[in-house]
Amino acid sequence: MANRFKFTLMLISVALFASWLTFAQSKAQQPAANEHKSAADSGHSSEAAPRHDISGTWEPANGPQDGVQADGVKAMPNDGKPQHQLPYTPYGLQVFKSHHALEGADAVLPGEFNDPRDKCEPLGFPRMNFYNLRETQILQNPYKIVMLYQYATTWRVIWTDGRPLPKLVDGGVLVNGEVKEPRYYGYSVGTWVDDTTLKVETIGMMGEDRVWLDTAGRPISDQLRVEETLHRVDRDHLEWSVIINDPKMYTKPWVAMNKFPMKLEDPHRDVMEQYCSPSEMERYNQLFGNPSSAPGGQAPKK
Amino acid sequence: MRKTLFRSLIPIAAAAIFSAPLFAHHGTAAFETDKRVTLKGTVTEWYWSNPHCLLRFDVKDEKGQVSHWIGETQNPVTMTNGGWSKAAIKAGDEVTVALFPVKNGLPLGRIITVTLPNGTVLDALKGTSGVRDYK
Repeated sequence: MANRFKFTLMLISVALFASWLTFAQSKAQQPAANEHKSAADSGHSSEAAPRHDISGTWEPANGPQDGVQADGVKAMPNDGKPQHQLPYTPYGLQVFKSHHALEGADAVLPGEFNDPRDKCEPLGFPRMNFYNLRETQILQNPYKIVMLYQYATTWRVIWTDGRPLPKLVDGGVLVNGEVKEPRYYGYSVGTWVDDTTLKVETIGMMGEDRVWLDTAGRPISDQLRVEETLHRVDRDHLEWSVIINDPKMYTKPWVAMNKFPMKLEDPHRDVMEQYCSPSEMERYNQLFGNPSSAPGGQAPKK
Repeated sequence: MRKTLFRSLIPIAAAAIFSAPLFAHHGTAAFETDKRVTLKGTVTEWYWSNPHCLLRFDVKDEKGQVSHWIGETQNPVTMTNGGWSKAAIKAGDEVTVALFPVKNGLPLGRIITVTLPNGTVLDALKGTSGVRDYK
């Protein structure tokens, strides 16, 4: 009896030690306070993620402004830091220099910029992920996943019915032997790589004369391939990563968004519109944008 | 009278002159972000719109001369997150506005707070990291 008691005590001790070790290791692996907060870090723990399901209304877990990305893509903003310099091809650098952005380290004066955003042109994909990424509603059925972006009240479709990714050809993409036109939001197919991780590949976007990659004026071309990973960490948290692969503009693929954390909102949440209206933009610029940007020498004294 | 009228038309004339060649949903370079101006005035319009909401208000100086000020906030979505609304401000409201003025001296600025007639203070930077991420 005494031996059995000692054995049980020993088992409990081993179990306690093992759980302490696991806790200590997990603490050691946590990022420093100033590192990027992932979705898993951004809130309380919750129930496990459902299988093959990323539906819901999601918002940036670190606050509504976290997805604005005014200086460019989240993981590689154009902030002048050497580690954020992109691997441009000579042509990519030439196109970048032709883009006169209002934001970022290479920002120009307000009278010199040429961002298609400010004419209310479609942002296109993947810029939808890199500018004003706010509340995002994801709907899905067995055939497709639909993303409803808040900004510009824009949607895109990711097919999950097993269809292959179209092939890039001159003038667009090849779908069932037919050449289809390039699209602002491309052609996307999604594949579940495990129970909670969706990989999305997208091609067939508009060329460099129509869209920018981000608000810092980084370029993309019609040769762009985008790979997204959407990993539902648990029921309430999603991590969103994006890799840019555009051999016309960049010498190698690079990560534009790295586990950007989103959190689940109340399913009854009624998402506001955020639109670009040419008439409102024109009035804003007439009343405020242009006079506020005028040279000081031309301004009347108060 | 004519002088007052002329002065009040200056911002409008300047806007008309500068609006033709430019199309400027701008960054932050136009503002003196280290300088705060506080003004008391009467609201003439609260324009709830994208890309930024605009508050137009008249400020009378000690000589009775009126300046027509315009302050911008962020977009309606961000303002709503910060507790503002289209109905929160009405024409005729007597308000106190704190703002970052523009560098060129025109009666324009980026709103920091608006104090309503009932004393409620609306914070335009609430929920943001400050003036930098105005978008």
